[in-house]
Amino acid sequence: MLKFDNVSKRYPDAGEVLKNVSFHLHHGEIAFLTGHSGAGKSTLLKLIAVMERCTRGTILLDSENLSSAKQRQIPFLRRKIGFIFQDFKLLKNRTVFDNVALPLVIAGFEHQEISRRVRASLDKVGLLGKEKKFPMALSGGEQQRVGIARAVVNKPPLIIADEPTGNLDPELAAEIMRLFENFQQVGVTVLIASHDISLITQMNHRILTLDHGHLISS
Amino acid sequence: MRTNKRRRQTQEIKKIRYIKQDIRRTQASGGSLLNKLKAYRDHHAHALFSSLGRLVASPFNSMMTIAVLSIAISLASGFYLVVANLQQLSGNLKTSAQISLFLKNEITEAHAIQLAETIRQNPAIQAVNLITKDQALAEFKTFSGFGSAITVLKSNPLPNVLQVLPKHTFEDKKELETLLQSFQQSIEVDSAQLDMQWVARLQSIMSVSECSAQLLNLMLGLSVLFIAGNTIRLELQSRHEEIVIAQLVGATCNFIQRPFLYTGFWIGFISGIVAWFTVTLMFLILRTSVENLSNLYGGNFHLLFFSFFETLALILISSSLGILGSWSVLTYQLQLTRPK
Repeated sequence: MLKFDNVSKRYPDAGEVLKNVSFHLHHGEIAFLTGHSGAGKSTLLKLIAVMERCTRGTILLDSENLSSAKQRQIPFLRRKIGFIFQDFKLLKNRTVFDNVALPLVIAGFEHQEISRRVRASLDKVGLLGKEKKFPMALSGGEQQRVGIARAVVNKPPLIIADEPTGNLDPELAAEIMRLFENFQQVGVTVLIASHDISLITQMNHRILTLDHGHLISS
Repeated sequence: MRTNKRRRQTQEIKKIRYIKQDIRRTQASGGSLLNKLKAYRDHHAHALFSSLGRLVASPFNSMMTIAVLSIAISLASGFYLVVANLQQLSGNLKTSAQISLFLKNEITEAHAIQLAETIRQNPAIQAVNLITKDQALAEFKTFSGFGSAITVLKSNPLPNVLQVLPKHTFEDKKELETLLQSFQQSIEVDSAQLDMQWVARLQSIMSVSECSAQLLNLMLGLSVLFIAGNTIRLELQSRHEEIVIAQLVGATCNFIQRPFLYTGFWIGFISGIVAWFTVTLMFLILRTSVENLSNLYGGNFHLLFFSFFETLALILISSSLGILGSWSVLTYQLQLTRPK
Protein backbone atom coordinates (compact mmCIF):
# COMPACT_ATOMS: atom_id res chain seq x y z
CA MET A 1 0.00 0.00 0.00
CA LEU A 2 2.58 2.56 1.16
CA LYS A 3 6.25 1.87 0.62
CA PHE A 4 9.21 4.06 1.61
CA ASP A 5 12.46 2.97 0.03
CA ASN A 6 15.67 4.69 1.29
CA VAL A 7 13.91 8.04 1.52
CA SER A 8 15.93 11.10 2.56
CA LYS A 9 14.89 14.71 2.82
CA ARG A 10 17.29 17.61 3.08
CA TYR A 11 16.33 21.24 3.70
CA PRO A 12 18.83 23.93 2.73
CA ASP A 13 18.83 25.50 6.20
CA ALA A 14 17.98 22.55 8.51
CA GLY A 15 20.11 19.87 6.82
CA GLU A 16 18.99 16.24 6.44
CA VAL A 17 15.83 15.68 8.50
CA LEU A 18 15.06 12.19 7.16
CA LYS A 19 17.85 9.70 6.52
CA ASN A 20 17.41 6.55 4.44
CA VAL A 21 13.96 5.75 5.79
CA SER A 22 12.49 2.46 4.53
CA PHE A 23 9.26 0.74 5.57
CA HIS A 24 6.25 -0.91 4.00
CA LEU A 25 2.65 -0.59 5.18
CA HIS A 26 0.35 -3.30 3.86
CA HIS A 27 -3.33 -3.09 2.94
CA GLY A 28 -5.50 -2.90 6.04
CA GLU A 29 -2.55 -2.34 8.35
CA ILE A 30 -2.56 0.15 11.21
CA ALA A 31 0.72 1.71 12.38
CA PHE A 32 1.85 4.47 14.70
CA LEU A 33 4.61 6.88 13.83
CA THR A 34 6.37 8.23 16.86
CA GLY A 35 9.51 10.05 17.91
CA HIS A 36 10.69 13.16 19.73
CA SER A 37 9.95 16.69 18.44
CA GLY A 38 12.04 17.36 15.38
CA ALA A 39 12.59 13.65 14.70
CA GLY A 40 11.09 14.05 11.23
CA LYS A 41 7.46 12.89 11.77
CA SER A 42 5.89 15.97 10.15
CA THR A 43 8.32 15.86 7.24
CA LEU A 44 7.49 12.20 6.62
CA LEU A 45 3.76 13.00 6.58
CA LYS A 46 4.37 15.97 4.25
CA LEU A 47 6.18 13.65 1.85
CA ILE A 48 3.16 11.31 1.81
CA ALA A 49 0.83 14.29 1.21
CA VAL A 50 3.21 15.44 -1.59
CA MET A 51 3.47 18.84 0.13
CA GLU A 52 7.21 18.28 -0.11
CA ARG A 53 9.34 16.13 -2.39
CA CYS A 54 12.05 13.80 -1.10
CA THR A 55 15.67 14.49 -1.93
CA ARG A 56 16.51 10.79 -2.46
CA GLY A 57 14.67 7.46 -2.58
CA THR A 58 11.19 6.48 -3.71
CA ILE A 59 7.75 6.59 -2.10
CA LEU A 60 5.15 4.29 -3.60
CA LEU A 61 1.42 4.62 -2.90
CA ASP A 62 -0.46 1.71 -4.43
CA SER A 63 2.48 1.26 -6.85
CA GLU A 64 2.36 4.94 -7.93
CA ASN A 65 5.54 6.88 -7.33
CA LEU A 66 4.79 9.94 -5.19
CA SER A 67 8.34 11.27 -5.36
CA SER A 68 8.24 11.75 -9.12
CA ALA A 69 4.53 12.58 -9.52
CA LYS A 70 3.80 15.36 -11.99
CA GLN A 71 2.18 18.53 -10.66
CA ARG A 72 -1.17 17.83 -12.32
CA GLN A 73 -1.26 14.27 -10.88
CA ILE A 74 -0.81 15.43 -7.28
CA PRO A 75 -4.49 16.35 -6.59
CA PHE A 76 -5.58 12.91 -7.82
CA LEU A 77 -2.98 11.14 -5.67
CA ARG A 78 -4.14 13.14 -2.65
CA ARG A 79 -7.69 11.89 -3.22
CA LYS A 80 -6.40 8.41 -2.30
CA ILE A 81 -5.42 9.66 1.15
CA GLY A 82 -7.64 10.88 3.97
CA PHE A 83 -5.88 13.44 6.15
CA ILE A 84 -6.68 14.07 9.80
CA PHE A 85 -5.00 16.92 11.69
CA GLN A 86 -4.34 17.80 15.31
CA ASP A 87 -6.03 21.21 14.87
CA PHE A 88 -8.88 19.59 12.84
CA LYS A 89 -8.47 22.09 9.96
CA LEU A 90 -12.22 22.58 9.52
CA LEU A 91 -13.71 25.50 7.58
CA LYS A 92 -15.24 27.56 10.37
CA ASN A 93 -17.68 29.44 8.16
CA ARG A 94 -19.14 26.23 6.68
CA THR A 95 -21.53 23.76 8.24
CA VAL A 96 -20.53 20.25 9.30
CA PHE A 97 -22.24 18.95 6.14
CA ASP A 98 -20.26 21.28 3.85
CA ASN A 99 -17.00 20.41 5.59
CA VAL A 100 -17.52 16.69 5.19
CA ALA A 101 -18.81 17.12 1.62
CA LEU A 102 -15.70 19.04 0.46
CA PRO A 103 -13.70 16.02 -0.88
CA LEU A 104 -16.79 14.79 -2.75
CA VAL A 105 -17.51 18.22 -4.27
CA ILE A 106 -13.87 18.36 -5.39
CA ALA A 107 -14.06 14.85 -6.85
CA GLY A 108 -17.13 15.92 -8.85
CA PHE A 109 -19.87 13.90 -7.19
CA GLU A 110 -23.48 14.69 -7.89
CA HIS A 111 -25.53 16.42 -5.19
CA GLN A 112 -27.69 13.44 -4.19
CA GLU A 113 -24.72 11.13 -3.99
CA ILE A 114 -22.86 13.69 -1.87
CA SER A 115 -25.81 13.94 0.50
CA ARG A 116 -26.01 10.16 0.86
CA ARG A 117 -22.29 9.67 1.44
CA VAL A 118 -21.95 12.57 3.89
CA ARG A 119 -24.78 11.17 6.02
CA ALA A 120 -23.24 7.68 5.94
CA SER A 121 -19.87 9.10 6.94
CA LEU A 122 -21.31 11.20 9.77
CA ASP A 123 -23.23 8.15 10.95
CA LYS A 124 -19.95 6.19 11.15
CA VAL A 125 -18.43 8.77 13.51
CA GLY A 126 -21.66 9.18 15.51
CA LEU A 127 -22.50 12.71 14.39
CA LEU A 128 -25.64 12.13 12.36
CA GLY A 129 -28.11 14.93 13.07
CA LYS A 130 -25.42 17.60 13.47
CA GLU A 131 -25.00 18.36 9.75
CA LYS A 132 -26.34 21.89 10.01
CA LYS A 133 -24.15 22.94 12.94
CA PHE A 134 -21.03 25.04 12.53
CA PRO A 135 -17.73 23.62 13.82
CA MET A 136 -17.43 26.25 16.55
CA ALA A 137 -20.69 24.97 18.08
CA LEU A 138 -19.12 21.51 18.59
CA SER A 139 -16.79 20.16 21.28
CA GLY A 140 -13.13 19.31 20.49
CA GLY A 141 -13.91 15.59 20.25
CA GLU A 142 -16.84 16.25 17.93
CA GLN A 143 -14.76 18.56 15.72
CA GLN A 144 -12.13 15.84 15.40
CA ARG A 145 -14.84 13.38 14.43
CA VAL A 146 -16.01 15.80 11.74
CA GLY A 147 -12.38 15.83 10.52
CA ILE A 148 -12.40 12.02 10.48
CA ALA A 149 -15.75 11.91 8.64
CA ARG A 150 -14.26 14.27 6.01
CA ALA A 151 -11.17 12.06 5.71
CA VAL A 152 -13.13 8.86 5.11
CA VAL A 153 -16.10 10.19 3.10
CA ASN A 154 -14.27 9.59 -0.19
CA LYS A 155 -13.38 6.04 0.96
CA PRO A 156 -9.62 6.47 0.57
CA PRO A 157 -7.45 3.35 0.89
CA LEU A 158 -5.01 5.21 3.19
CA ILE A 159 -5.66 7.43 6.21
CA ILE A 160 -2.92 9.65 7.60
CA ALA A 161 -3.52 11.20 11.01
CA ASP A 162 -1.18 13.83 12.46
CA GLU A 163 -1.47 13.86 16.27
CA PRO A 164 -5.24 13.25 16.06
CA THR A 165 -5.65 13.00 19.82
CA GLY A 166 -3.22 15.78 20.74
CA ASN A 167 -5.98 18.17 21.78
CA LEU A 168 -8.30 15.61 23.39
CA ASP A 169 -8.64 14.10 26.86
CA PRO A 170 -7.65 10.38 27.31
CA GLU A 171 -11.22 9.09 27.15
CA LEU A 172 -11.97 10.90 23.86
CA ALA A 173 -8.54 9.90 22.54
CA ALA A 174 -9.32 6.21 23.16
CA GLU A 175 -12.66 6.65 21.42
CA ILE A 176 -10.99 8.19 18.35
CA MET A 177 -8.46 5.33 18.29
CA ARG A 178 -11.31 2.79 18.32
CA LEU A 179 -12.73 4.57 15.25
CA PHE A 180 -9.40 4.09 13.45
CA GLU A 181 -9.44 0.40 14.33
CA ASN A 182 -12.91 0.17 12.78
CA PHE A 183 -11.58 1.58 9.52
CA GLN A 184 -8.66 -0.81 9.61
CA GLN A 185 -11.09 -3.70 9.92
CA VAL A 186 -12.70 -2.77 6.59
CA GLY A 187 -9.34 -2.83 4.81
CA VAL A 188 -8.19 0.76 5.12
CA THR A 189 -4.51 1.36 5.90
CA VAL A 190 -4.00 3.80 8.77
CA LEU A 191 -0.82 5.67 9.74
CA ILE A 192 -1.09 7.72 12.94
CA ALA A 193 1.65 10.12 14.06
CA SER A 194 1.57 10.51 17.82
CA HIS A 195 3.88 10.89 20.80
CA ASP A 196 1.33 9.67 23.32
CA ILE A 197 3.44 6.59 24.12
CA SER A 198 1.09 5.19 26.78
CA LEU A 199 -1.88 5.24 24.37
CA ILE A 200 0.19 3.73 21.55
CA THR A 201 1.50 0.84 23.63
CA GLN A 202 -1.99 0.06 24.89
CA MET A 203 -3.22 -0.35 21.32
CA ASN A 204 -0.82 -3.15 20.42
CA HIS A 205 -0.14 -2.21 16.78
CA ARG A 206 3.00 -1.74 14.72
CA ILE A 207 5.12 1.24 15.84
CA LEU A 208 7.53 3.16 13.58
CA THR A 209 9.96 5.19 15.67
CA LEU A 210 11.99 8.04 14.26
CA ASP A 211 15.09 9.39 15.96
CA HIS A 212 16.93 12.35 14.44
CA GLY A 213 15.70 11.36 10.97
CA HIS A 214 16.56 7.64 11.30
CA LEU A 215 13.88 4.97 11.51
CA ILE A 216 15.06 3.04 14.56
CA SER A 217 12.17 0.57 14.92
CA SER A 218 9.50 -0.65 12.56
CA MET B 1 -13.30 -26.13 13.70
CA ARG B 2 -11.06 -25.96 10.63
CA THR B 3 -14.15 -25.52 8.38
CA ASN B 4 -15.32 -22.61 10.51
CA LYS B 5 -11.89 -20.96 10.24
CA ARG B 6 -11.85 -21.41 6.48
CA ARG B 7 -15.39 -19.97 6.21
CA ARG B 8 -14.33 -16.95 8.27
CA GLN B 9 -11.29 -16.44 6.07
CA THR B 10 -13.41 -16.65 2.89
CA GLN B 11 -15.85 -14.13 4.36
CA GLU B 12 -12.97 -11.79 5.23
CA ILE B 13 -11.54 -12.07 1.70
CA LYS B 14 -14.98 -11.35 0.19
CA LYS B 15 -15.44 -8.36 2.47
CA ILE B 16 -12.06 -6.90 1.53
CA ARG B 17 -12.70 -7.54 -2.17
CA TYR B 18 -16.06 -5.73 -1.91
CA ILE B 19 -14.44 -2.75 -0.15
CA LYS B 20 -11.66 -2.61 -2.74
CA GLN B 21 -14.20 -2.58 -5.55
CA ASP B 22 -16.15 0.16 -3.81
CA ILE B 23 -12.97 2.21 -3.30
CA ARG B 24 -11.99 1.76 -6.94
CA ARG B 25 -15.45 2.86 -8.08
CA THR B 26 -15.29 5.90 -5.84
CA GLN B 27 -11.87 6.95 -7.06
CA ALA B 28 -12.41 6.16 -10.68
CA SER B 29 -15.22 8.52 -11.36
CA GLY B 30 -17.50 9.97 -8.81
CA GLY B 31 -20.45 8.78 -10.83
CA SER B 32 -21.32 8.51 -14.51
CA LEU B 33 -20.11 11.03 -17.08
CA LEU B 34 -23.52 12.70 -17.12
CA ASN B 35 -23.47 13.04 -13.33
CA LYS B 36 -19.94 14.45 -13.54
CA LEU B 37 -21.03 17.03 -16.10
CA LYS B 38 -24.01 17.93 -13.92
CA ALA B 39 -21.70 18.32 -10.92
CA TYR B 40 -19.29 20.42 -13.01
CA ARG B 41 -22.14 22.71 -14.10
CA ASP B 42 -23.40 22.93 -10.51
CA HIS B 43 -19.95 23.84 -9.28
CA HIS B 44 -19.62 26.58 -11.88
CA ALA B 45 -23.03 27.99 -10.94
CA HIS B 46 -22.12 27.77 -7.26
CA ALA B 47 -18.78 29.54 -7.85
CA LEU B 48 -20.50 32.24 -9.93
CA PHE B 49 -23.12 33.08 -7.32
CA SER B 50 -21.04 32.46 -4.20
CA SER B 51 -18.38 34.88 -5.48
CA LEU B 52 -21.10 37.51 -5.99
CA GLY B 53 -22.41 36.67 -2.52
CA ARG B 54 -18.95 37.26 -1.06
CA LEU B 55 -18.78 40.69 -2.71
CA VAL B 56 -22.20 41.57 -1.28
CA ALA B 57 -21.21 40.24 2.15
CA SER B 58 -18.37 42.78 2.46
CA PRO B 59 -20.03 45.82 0.83
CA PHE B 60 -17.49 48.46 1.93
CA ASN B 61 -14.45 46.66 0.52
CA SER B 62 -16.30 45.72 -2.67
CA MET B 63 -17.55 49.25 -3.19
CA MET B 64 -14.06 50.71 -2.74
CA THR B 65 -12.58 48.31 -5.30
CA ILE B 66 -15.41 48.83 -7.77
CA ALA B 67 -15.19 52.63 -7.33
CA VAL B 68 -11.46 52.68 -8.12
CA LEU B 69 -11.87 50.31 -11.06
CA SER B 70 -14.84 52.20 -12.49
CA ILE B 71 -12.97 55.54 -12.29
CA ALA B 72 -10.09 54.01 -14.29
CA ILE B 73 -12.51 52.48 -16.81
CA SER B 74 -14.53 55.74 -17.01
CA LEU B 75 -11.36 57.69 -17.78
CA ALA B 76 -10.33 55.24 -20.49
CA SER B 77 -13.75 54.99 -22.11
CA GLY B 78 -14.32 58.76 -21.67
CA PHE B 79 -11.10 59.50 -23.58
CA TYR B 80 -12.18 57.07 -26.25
CA LEU B 81 -15.48 58.88 -26.65
CA VAL B 82 -13.85 62.34 -26.69
CA VAL B 83 -11.50 61.21 -29.47
CA ALA B 84 -14.42 59.69 -31.39
CA ASN B 85 -16.24 63.03 -31.16
CA LEU B 86 -13.17 64.98 -32.28
CA GLN B 87 -12.75 62.59 -35.20
CA GLN B 88 -16.31 63.31 -36.20
CA LEU B 89 -15.49 67.01 -36.06
CA SER B 90 -12.29 66.75 -38.09
CA GLY B 91 -14.09 64.44 -40.53
CA ASN B 92 -16.40 67.32 -41.37
CA LEU B 93 -13.42 69.62 -41.80
CA LYS B 94 -11.74 67.35 -44.31
CA THR B 95 -14.00 68.65 -47.03
CA SER B 96 -13.37 72.24 -46.03
CA ALA B 97 -10.00 72.53 -47.77
CA GLN B 98 -11.38 75.52 -49.58
CA ILE B 99 -9.84 78.57 -51.23
CA SER B 100 -11.21 82.00 -50.33
CA LEU B 101 -10.83 84.60 -53.08
CA PHE B 102 -11.10 88.13 -51.70
CA LEU B 103 -12.03 90.19 -54.75
CA LYS B 104 -10.78 93.69 -55.37
CA ASN B 105 -12.97 96.49 -54.07
CA GLU B 106 -13.94 97.76 -57.52
CA ILE B 107 -15.38 94.36 -58.56
CA THR B 108 -19.15 94.63 -58.57
CA GLU B 109 -21.55 91.91 -57.52
CA ALA B 110 -22.54 91.24 -61.17
CA HIS B 111 -18.90 90.88 -62.11
CA ALA B 112 -18.34 88.55 -59.17
CA ILE B 113 -21.25 86.34 -60.29
CA GLN B 114 -19.74 86.19 -63.76
CA LEU B 115 -16.31 85.36 -62.33
CA ALA B 116 -17.84 82.60 -60.19
CA GLU B 117 -19.42 81.12 -63.30
CA THR B 118 -16.07 81.15 -65.12
CA ILE B 119 -14.32 79.43 -62.25
CA ARG B 120 -17.09 76.83 -62.08
CA GLN B 121 -16.15 75.78 -65.65
CA ASN B 122 -12.71 74.70 -64.39
CA PRO B 123 -12.68 70.87 -64.16
CA ALA B 124 -10.55 71.00 -60.98
CA ILE B 125 -13.28 72.89 -59.14
CA GLN B 126 -16.15 71.21 -57.37
CA ALA B 127 -18.17 74.24 -56.29
CA VAL B 128 -18.04 78.01 -56.04
CA ASN B 129 -20.00 80.01 -53.53
CA LEU B 130 -20.31 83.77 -53.62
CA ILE B 131 -20.55 85.72 -50.41
CA THR B 132 -21.49 89.24 -51.35
CA LYS B 133 -20.36 92.31 -49.41
CA ASP B 134 -23.82 92.70 -47.89
CA GLN B 135 -24.12 89.06 -46.87
CA ALA B 136 -20.71 89.18 -45.26
CA LEU B 137 -21.60 92.34 -43.31
CA ALA B 138 -24.91 90.87 -42.09
CA GLU B 139 -23.14 87.69 -40.98
CA PHE B 140 -20.43 89.68 -39.26
CA LYS B 141 -23.03 91.74 -37.41
CA THR B 142 -24.81 88.64 -36.11
CA PHE B 143 -21.86 86.53 -35.04
CA SER B 144 -19.01 88.89 -34.21
CA GLY B 145 -20.63 90.71 -31.31
CA PHE B 146 -19.65 94.07 -32.84
CA GLY B 147 -23.15 94.66 -34.27
CA SER B 148 -23.65 98.17 -32.87
CA ALA B 149 -20.10 99.29 -33.71
CA ILE B 150 -20.52 98.29 -37.35
CA THR B 151 -23.61 100.48 -37.81
CA VAL B 152 -21.34 103.49 -37.21
CA LEU B 153 -19.41 102.72 -40.42
CA LYS B 154 -20.43 104.86 -43.40
CA SER B 155 -19.62 102.26 -46.04
CA ASN B 156 -19.19 98.51 -46.12
CA PRO B 157 -15.45 97.76 -45.82
CA LEU B 158 -15.85 94.06 -46.66
CA PRO B 159 -15.04 92.73 -50.13
CA ASN B 160 -17.02 90.25 -52.20
CA VAL B 161 -15.67 86.79 -51.52
CA LEU B 162 -15.70 83.65 -53.63
CA GLN B 163 -15.43 80.39 -51.71
CA VAL B 164 -13.90 77.88 -54.09
CA LEU B 165 -14.05 74.19 -53.21
CA PRO B 166 -11.51 72.15 -55.18
CA LYS B 167 -12.42 68.64 -56.33
CA HIS B 168 -9.37 67.08 -54.73
CA THR B 169 -8.97 66.95 -51.02
CA PHE B 170 -6.27 68.84 -49.27
CA GLU B 171 -3.94 65.80 -49.33
CA ASP B 172 -3.07 66.72 -52.95
CA LYS B 173 -1.08 69.63 -51.72
CA LYS B 174 0.88 70.39 -54.93
CA GLU B 175 -2.23 70.60 -57.07
CA LEU B 176 -3.85 72.92 -54.59
CA GLU B 177 -0.79 75.17 -54.51
CA THR B 178 -0.86 75.48 -58.33
CA LEU B 179 -4.54 76.31 -58.24
CA LEU B 180 -3.93 78.92 -55.56
CA GLN B 181 -1.14 80.56 -57.60
CA SER B 182 -3.33 80.77 -60.69
CA PHE B 183 -6.04 82.54 -58.64
CA GLN B 184 -3.51 84.91 -57.11
CA GLN B 185 -2.40 85.99 -60.59
CA SER B 186 -5.97 86.79 -61.62
CA ILE B 187 -6.54 90.56 -61.91
CA GLU B 188 -9.94 90.52 -60.16
CA VAL B 189 -8.49 88.89 -57.05
CA ASP B 190 -7.02 91.00 -54.31
CA SER B 191 -5.81 88.00 -52.32
CA ALA B 192 -6.35 84.25 -52.43
CA GLN B 193 -6.17 82.22 -49.26
CA LEU B 194 -6.01 78.48 -48.92
CA ASP B 195 -7.81 77.49 -45.70
CA MET B 196 -5.75 74.38 -45.43
CA GLN B 197 -2.98 75.02 -43.01
CA TRP B 198 -5.16 75.15 -39.93
CA VAL B 199 -7.02 72.01 -41.03
CA ALA B 200 -3.68 70.26 -41.40
CA ARG B 201 -2.65 71.54 -37.98
CA LEU B 202 -5.91 70.34 -36.47
CA GLN B 203 -5.35 66.97 -38.13
CA SER B 204 -1.92 66.61 -36.58
CA ILE B 205 -3.22 67.76 -33.18
CA MET B 206 -5.92 65.13 -33.59
CA SER B 207 -3.44 62.37 -34.37
CA VAL B 208 -1.33 63.40 -31.36
CA SER B 209 -4.37 63.38 -29.08
CA GLU B 210 -5.50 60.06 -30.55
CA CYS B 211 -2.10 58.53 -29.88
CA SER B 212 -2.00 59.96 -26.34
CA ALA B 213 -5.49 58.67 -25.66
CA GLN B 214 -4.42 55.21 -26.81
CA LEU B 215 -1.35 55.27 -24.58
CA LEU B 216 -3.39 56.54 -21.68
CA ASN B 217 -5.98 53.83 -22.26
CA LEU B 218 -3.23 51.23 -22.24
CA MET B 219 -2.00 52.55 -18.88
CA LEU B 220 -5.53 52.65 -17.48
CA GLY B 221 -6.15 49.11 -18.76
CA LEU B 222 -3.00 47.96 -16.96
CA SER B 223 -4.13 49.70 -13.79
CA VAL B 224 -7.48 47.85 -13.99
CA LEU B 225 -5.51 44.63 -14.33
CA PHE B 226 -3.37 45.39 -11.28
CA ILE B 227 -6.27 46.59 -9.13
CA ALA B 228 -8.27 43.43 -9.91
CA GLY B 229 -5.15 41.33 -9.28
CA ASN B 230 -4.50 43.01 -5.95
CA THR B 231 -8.09 42.50 -4.82
CA ILE B 232 -7.77 38.80 -5.58
CA ARG B 233 -4.40 38.64 -3.81
CA LEU B 234 -6.02 40.03 -0.63
CA GLU B 235 -8.93 37.59 -1.01
CA LEU B 236 -6.44 34.71 -1.43
CA GLN B 237 -4.66 35.79 1.75
CA SER B 238 -7.88 35.88 3.75
CA ARG B 239 -8.88 32.43 2.47
CA HIS B 240 -5.42 30.87 2.72
CA GLU B 241 -6.40 28.14 5.16
CA GLU B 242 -9.41 27.16 3.08
CA ILE B 243 -7.16 26.79 0.02
CA VAL B 244 -4.63 24.65 1.91
CA ILE B 245 -7.43 22.36 3.12
CA ALA B 246 -8.95 22.11 -0.36
CA GLN B 247 -5.53 21.26 -1.82
CA LEU B 248 -4.97 18.56 0.79
CA VAL B 249 -8.26 16.86 0.01
CA GLY B 250 -7.36 16.77 -3.69
CA ALA B 251 -8.57 20.03 -5.23
CA THR B 252 -7.04 20.80 -8.61
CA CYS B 253 -5.72 24.28 -9.45
CA ASN B 254 -8.78 24.87 -11.66
CA PHE B 255 -11.12 24.06 -8.79
CA ILE B 256 -9.33 26.48 -6.47
CA GLN B 257 -9.05 29.22 -9.10
CA ARG B 258 -12.68 29.11 -10.24
CA PRO B 259 -14.40 31.18 -7.50
CA PHE B 260 -11.58 33.75 -7.61
CA LEU B 261 -11.83 34.08 -11.39
CA TYR B 262 -15.56 34.65 -10.99
CA THR B 263 -14.83 37.34 -8.38
CA GLY B 264 -12.52 38.98 -10.95
CA PHE B 265 -15.28 38.72 -13.53
CA TRP B 266 -17.86 40.31 -11.23
CA ILE B 267 -15.73 43.28 -10.21
CA GLY B 268 -14.79 43.91 -13.86
CA PHE B 269 -18.38 43.50 -15.04
CA ILE B 270 -19.92 45.75 -12.35
CA SER B 271 -17.18 48.37 -12.79
CA GLY B 272 -17.81 48.35 -16.57
CA ILE B 273 -21.50 49.07 -16.03
CA VAL B 274 -20.78 51.81 -13.45
CA ALA B 275 -18.23 53.37 -15.85
CA TRP B 276 -20.79 53.35 -18.69
CA PHE B 277 -23.28 55.23 -16.52
CA THR B 278 -20.61 57.68 -15.34
CA VAL B 279 -19.41 58.55 -18.86
CA THR B 280 -22.95 58.74 -20.26
CA LEU B 281 -23.97 61.07 -17.42
CA MET B 282 -20.90 63.26 -18.00
CA PHE B 283 -21.66 63.53 -21.71
CA LEU B 284 -25.33 64.27 -21.02
CA ILE B 285 -24.24 67.17 -18.80
CA LEU B 286 -21.84 68.38 -21.53
CA ARG B 287 -24.29 67.96 -24.40
CA THR B 288 -26.15 71.28 -24.10
CA SER B 289 -23.02 73.40 -23.82
CA VAL B 290 -21.25 71.56 -26.67
CA GLU B 291 -24.24 71.97 -28.96
CA ASN B 292 -24.53 75.67 -28.08
CA LEU B 293 -20.87 76.08 -28.99
CA SER B 294 -21.42 74.26 -32.26
CA ASN B 295 -24.39 76.52 -33.08
CA LEU B 296 -22.24 79.59 -32.51
CA TYR B 297 -19.95 78.39 -35.29
CA GLY B 298 -22.94 77.66 -37.50
CA GLY B 299 -22.17 73.97 -37.27
CA ASN B 300 -24.41 71.01 -36.94
CA PHE B 301 -22.40 69.00 -34.41
CA HIS B 302 -24.11 66.33 -32.33
CA LEU B 303 -22.31 64.75 -29.42
CA LEU B 304 -21.66 61.03 -29.91
CA PHE B 305 -22.57 58.61 -27.09
CA PHE B 306 -21.71 54.93 -26.73
CA SER B 307 -23.37 52.81 -29.39
CA PHE B 308 -24.89 49.44 -28.47
CA PHE B 309 -21.80 47.55 -29.66
CA GLU B 310 -19.44 49.97 -27.93
CA THR B 311 -21.37 49.43 -24.68
CA LEU B 312 -21.10 45.68 -25.17
CA ALA B 313 -17.37 45.99 -25.91
CA LEU B 314 -16.83 48.19 -22.85
CA ILE B 315 -18.45 45.64 -20.51
CA LEU B 316 -16.71 42.73 -22.25
CA ILE B 317 -13.28 44.37 -22.01
CA SER B 318 -13.70 45.38 -18.36
CA SER B 319 -14.91 41.87 -17.42
CA SER B 320 -11.99 40.30 -19.32
CA LEU B 321 -9.52 42.61 -17.60
CA GLY B 322 -10.99 41.57 -14.23
CA ILE B 323 -10.58 37.89 -15.12
CA LEU B 324 -7.10 38.38 -16.57
CA GLY B 325 -5.88 40.34 -13.52
CA SER B 326 -7.18 37.61 -11.19
CA TRP B 327 -5.78 34.81 -13.32
CA SER B 328 -2.25 36.26 -13.37
CA VAL B 329 -2.19 36.63 -9.56
CA LEU B 330 -3.71 33.16 -9.03
CA THR B 331 -1.20 31.51 -11.34
CA TYR B 332 1.68 33.16 -9.48
CA GLN B 333 0.34 32.54 -5.96
CA LEU B 334 -0.66 28.91 -6.57
CA GLN B 335 2.75 28.20 -8.03
CA LEU B 336 4.22 29.12 -4.64
CA THR B 337 2.28 26.25 -3.03
CA ARG B 338 3.87 23.63 -5.28
CA PRO B 339 5.92 20.97 -3.44
CA LYS B 340 9.67 21.60 -3.38
